[in-house]
Amino acid sequence: MREIQVSTLTDVVERLCIEANTHLPGDVRCAIEGCRAVEDGSIAKGILDDIIENYTIADTENVPICQDTGVACVFLEIGQDVHFVGGDLTEAVNEGVRRGYTNGYLRKSVVADPVRRGNTGDNTPAMLYTEIVPGESVKITVGPKGFGSENMSQIRMFKPSAGLQGIKDFIIEAVETAGPNPCPPIVIGVGIGGTFDKAALLAKKALMRPLGSHHPDPFYAELEEEMLEKVNALGIGPQGFGGKTTAIGLNIETMATHIAGMPCAININCHVTRHCSEVL
Amino acid sequence: MEKHITLPLTEEVAKTLRAGDRVYLTGTIYTSRDAGHKRMCEALARGEELPFDPTDAVIYYVGPTPAKPGQVIGSAGPTTAGRMDAYAPTMMSVGARGMIGKGYRLPEVVDAMKKYTGVYFGAIGGAGALLAKRIKSAELIDYEDLGAEALRKLYVEDMPLLVIIDCEGNNLYEEGRAKYLAQRN
Repeated sequence: MREIQVSTLTDVVERLCIEANTHLPGDVRCAIEGCRAVEDGSIAKGILDDIIENYTIADTENVPICQDTGVACVFLEIGQDVHFVGGDLTEAVNEGVRRGYTNGYLRKSVVADPVRRGNTGDNTPAMLYTEIVPGESVKITVGPKGFGSENMSQIRMFKPSAGLQGIKDFIIEAVETAGPNPCPPIVIGVGIGGTFDKAALLAKKALMRPLGSHHPDPFYAELEEEMLEKVNALGIGPQGFGGKTTAIGLNIETMATHIAGMPCAININCHVTRHCSEVL
Repeated sequence: MEKHITLPLTEEVAKTLRAGDRVYLTGTIYTSRDAGHKRMCEALARGEELPFDPTDAVIYYVGPTPAKPGQVIGSAGPTTAGRMDAYAPTMMSVGARGMIGKGYRLPEVVDAMKKYTGVYFGAIGGAGALLAKRIKSAELIDYEDLGAEALRKLYVEDMPLLVIIDCEGNNLYEEGRAKYLAQRN
């Protein structure tokens, strides 16, 4: 049994909120720069150049890459031999978000009530997910999620007879419907299987997987490659003004499901696909 | 075509702008997004004046991050304009002429742009750190309780934009993509 003070979690979450919002991960930068190298339209090239200049400024000046510093999605993978002490776990995470968004000069974008609105003023609460895993360490991941792209996400409960083609058509439909709204070039997270809620979570987790990595099953790895190519053939392009680069990545996550169903969720993210992790 | 424009955005200037033009704006613009637009349109419905003179004004759909010490403003890129579609025709009806945002607009907004000679400019979504460099002053003018959504007056210099939809309804989203696909085939 390993004891961990919840105040340690607060410190890590604070740090990760700031880090994720100011420094774009290397795999995302690499994907954008790779697309810039093969884009040939003048507007498309200019936009990708500006996007690269933007994250470089954010990185060197420690300022937010995007003004939508998102809702803080916090994932905790907790070793089953860990015992948290010193307070309430959820409150400790929210305190980390509160400090990170205040001390890091990040935008407070959370409203207390979905219908009656009202900004909470400190970007809490976090969207907190906990998972119990073997061992005695804790992995903390913070992925700030902007809503320009979140609003373009979709979920559908397919009949099994829709098959692979149903999934393929749905991905194309979602990207086509989103058009310029989610700030392309985008990253597409696809979750297939599970239940209504599990599919959505898989899609969100797919966005956290490094770009360029693949699903361990070759069937889905090939589907990732095929669908990324098809999405880019749509010609939506950077910011929707036409071009080769509509998406810089497409990750699929899957799990078992019921005999009667084939849930599929598509979580769309912008080119500022931010996340970072730390292990305690 | 590349154009340098000094604000306010008069009808005469608006008529010269075409979808696809690269525009550099200099002058005073106003910020507002969802909650600010709702409140402004409610004020207009009650017959009240707006917190700023909307005549020939350009409204930037943005909710910036807080300024760090020494900064004029935090990161300040455009938000999705479609969420302001319910309010944009009303704003144009009282004189506002320019909108800066990103993403699709409804046909009702384009119709209002044709009627009132409005222009929809695009800034690069997600380039908040870069765009903040073109903002030389920022002043809170009203609705402070809305936080990031408060109304601000900004002075911008050579703010880099593209005309997405012009006052004749030409649309860069349609034209740009069609052009790319035609060249590829």
